[in-house]
Amino acid sequence: MARLLKFNIFRYNPQDENSTPHMQEFILEETANMTLFIALNRLREEQDPSLIFDFCCRAGICGSCAMVVNGRPGLACQTKTADLPQDITLLPLPVYKLIGDISVDTGVWFREMYQKTESWVHTKKVFDPSAVEERMDNAVAEQIYELERCVECGCCVAACGTARMRDDFMGAAALNRVARFVVDPRDERTDKEYFEIIGNDNGIFGCMGLLACEDVCPKNLPLQNQLGFLRRKMGITAIKNIFSRK
Amino acid sequence: MQTFYSDLLVIGAGLSGERIAVESAAAGFSVIVLSIVPARRSHSSAAQGGMQAALGNCAMGKGDSPDVHFLDTVKGSDWGCDQEVARLFADTAPIEMRRLAHWGVPWNRVVPGKSFYFKGGEKFEKYEEPEKEGLITARSFGGTAKWRTCYTSDGTGHAVMCTMDNRCAELGIDVRDRTEAIALIHDGERCLGAIVRCLRTGELSAYLAKATAICTGGFGRIYKATTNAVICDGGGHSIAMDTGVVPLGNPEAIQFHPTGIVPTDILVTEGCRGDGGTLLDVNQERFMNIYEPDKAELASRDVVSRWMTHHMRQGKGVKSPYGEHLWLDIRHLGDKHISTKLREVDEICKHFLGIDPRTQLIPVRPTQHYTMSGIRTNRDGAAYGLAGLFSAGEASCWDMHGFNRLGGNSLAETVVAGGIVGKKIAEFLQGTDVSFPTALVRQAVQQQEERIRDLIEGKNGGENVYKVREAMQDALMDGCFVFRNGKDLEACVRTLQEVYERSGRVSLKSNGKGANHELAAALKIRGQVKLALCIAAAALARTESRGSHTREDFPERNDRDWLSRTLAYWPEGKDMPELKYEPASTAWDIPPGDRGYGGGTIIPAEKLPGKAD
Ligand SMILES: Cc1cc2nc3c(=O)[nH]c(=O)nc-3n(C[C@H](O)[C@H](O)[C@H](O)COP(=O)(O)OP(=O)(O)OC[C@H]3O[C@@H](n4cnc5c(N)ncnc54)[C@H](O)[C@@H]3O)c2cc1C
Ligand code: SF4
Ligand code: SF4
Ligand code: FES
Repeated sequence: MARLLKFNIFRYNPQDENSTPHMQEFILEETANMTLFIALNRLREEQDPSLIFDFCCRAGICGSCAMVVNGRPGLACQTKTADLPQDITLLPLPVYKLIGDISVDTGVWFREMYQKTESWVHTKKVFDPSAVEERMDNAVAEQIYELERCVECGCCVAACGTARMRDDFMGAAALNRVARFVVDPRDERTDKEYFEIIGNDNGIFGCMGLLACEDVCPKNLPLQNQLGFLRRKMGITAIKNIFSRK
Repeated sequence: MQTFYSDLLVIGAGLSGERIAVESAAAGFSVIVLSIVPARRSHSSAAQGGMQAALGNCAMGKGDSPDVHFLDTVKGSDWGCDQEVARLFADTAPIEMRRLAHWGVPWNRVVPGKSFYFKGGEKFEKYEEPEKEGLITARSFGGTAKWRTCYTSDGTGHAVMCTMDNRCAELGIDVRDRTEAIALIHDGERCLGAIVRCLRTGELSAYLAKATAICTGGFGRIYKATTNAVICDGGGHSIAMDTGVVPLGNPEAIQFHPTGIVPTDILVTEGCRGDGGTLLDVNQERFMNIYEPDKAELASRDVVSRWMTHHMRQGKGVKSPYGEHLWLDIRHLGDKHISTKLREVDEICKHFLGIDPRTQLIPVRPTQHYTMSGIRTNRDGAAYGLAGLFSAGEASCWDMHGFNRLGGNSLAETVVAGGIVGKKIAEFLQGTDVSFPTALVRQAVQQQEERIRDLIEGKNGGENVYKVREAMQDALMDGCFVFRNGKDLEACVRTLQEVYERSGRVSLKSNGKGANHELAAALKIRGQVKLALCIAAAALARTESRGSHTREDFPERNDRDWLSRTLAYWPEGKDMPELKYEPASTAWDIPPGDRGYGGGTIIPAEKLPGKAD
């Protein structure tokens, strides 16, 4: 006989004047290869169509479905119920604005992050459609791609003590984004210009280096290495700034 | 209710939508882009394999050119495509790939020297020339004569989507996520924007624009087994069809991908076979080399999907609680290859199957994957039927794919078509002034408010939207999958007609407030069943086999009678689509011939349609 799973799900619909924040219990029979994607959709379609949650690719590649599963931020679509105890508690990610139940607004947070970090290649070169592409070392290309694999799920930020305490802390995802452009030879920004963006307590010097971000990143991004890399680089830039100001 | 104005309204923030937005914004026009999810979560980012462009940099791509790419595309389409469009596409693709590199895509590059690759499970050696070092490299994909698929590891769509969205941020383009277009505003001749539901609050707004572009991607979700994201639900196609004057091109042309995993239908990339993976049967023996000695696993998708289904029907499938399947074997590619070039595949195997592809086989079977079908446009991306309405990407039938699109040609299409159509829209905007009649806008809003009220109050009946959707999905799986025949198609049409009738009686169980999903589903179910009926009716009418459309009762490709494109219209008040036809192409650079794979006989054309004598 399959397990009967007990789901405790956070409920609150800010658009409904009769709604108040509370936990609601659901019972669902487990089936083979069940993921939280399958489970939540069954709950919505069979038990309570008012349930609000986000999924898109359902394959662990788009980053839509991050939530706190039994205390730990992760992607719900690639979480198998078989790996969880019978009691499953689902909460929305902290830090982000709540849309309803376990859906949060990561989109706005990340859009603000692009603007803050100016998340694009800064170059004075103009594209010439008739020319052959500029060459790049394959190892460098792979290094850039490695950092660009972030799916913007928000788990790292949700797990970060600093980000929970301070709204203005940029978080590992933003710092990783900056690192991506620092290693890209096409980006002509200088260390000093990067320093303007992240060389402060909201940026790289606010990070306490406690590793929670890397632990929860579902894409296994090398966040600690990047934070270390930026801290060293920005530390040196800070010292240079002090001397150049004299 | 709020009203927003812009020169251009783009519905859909995938690669095609954002590419159009970039082109029009760069020309100085104001653009608003809508999307159900944050742009980077669009389905474009799920594409792993890569995008085709004849750069000819790598050793196995030597001698490649847009001409060869064009030829492969026409063959792939089974001569169902518009050859002028295919030509335009093949010629422009290399420029667009280089432009993407300039904007920031970290393409994999040529590494000089000796290296190994696999084909059909065997190991071969190749030599990359030093003078090509650092240029964009390519990998092999099904149905192509050369290695032509540009890639970034196995996250091509993700990397390109990031770059495009960065470009939008740089240009300050207004991309609004969690907004869903639920109806077009039009007067029967001209499109003036859309009515949009906010997926944060549930509020409706009117978005008025001189030009509107539908770039909402495919509609695979009307099938039960599909590789598509849950947002690929045909919403964009529905609102276009609802106008009664915009037709759907080739609804019967639906692609099935050979390697969806069992049971969840998540795709493992064609790159697996491109990089030398093989398909095995219940006895762990290869079979594609028997049916297709030349191309084997690398024949085009329609062909491989058919042979797989055929092989399973011969009793060579692997039995499982979820039905029969076959195996994909990438064990011989080795740890290094799998953990770098096929890392997403590795992760999918781990998370969704609990297996290690280095030592274990991957269970796969054909699954709905791509809609060649879409909003019919001309070569400029302008939709038939309504002035000011455009479409590009998978949502459209621009028609470079005909009856089967090649792997790597779709992602490339999004940026190539996006660039071309974006430019054409800018030209259109240059020469256009419109006024927005307030009565028309008010009426459009009221209509949608009424629809929503009726659903919430249960005015239409007591049908459950999820049950109706399931009935539609089951009907398509039974009657309109890899193999089709007259009897099953007739049954499918009959069932769908009942489902259509039920879809008019849906009402909500919940209160529909805020970001309510049940309401979103209920608002589009009727349109989805319309799409399903278009597929079934067009498939029943097309008494031949071409590309992905395979009639067991009409196995020949019939160029004599069917060198044509279906146009499915849904006039207001009707309960079945009206089917019309137009010539598949007017230019015939490559007259219809044998594809060189897939077998099958051809009934030749007496005269090429659309061609001036
Ligand atoms: C798993 C998978 C792998 C693939 N791999 C490859 C590959 O390797 N190579 C290749 O060439 N092709 C590949 N494809 C196909 C290719 O990815 C798609 O065809 C292509 O990305 C479609 O892009 P698009 O811009 O047309 O639409 P999408 O990227 O699907 O974007 C659609 C957009 O429309 C929005 N939208 C939808 N409806 C509405 C509405 N009503 N209102 C407002 N917004 C709406 C969505 O939010 C989204 O932003 C793959 C497809 C799948 C499913
Ligand atoms: S290491 Fe820094 S960014 Fe990561 S969780 Fe800790 S404080 Fe946050
Ligand atoms: S760095 Fe990792 S955890 Fe953070 S948003 Fe990106 S993918 Fe998610
Ligand atoms: S739904 Fe895309 S990562 Fe979970």
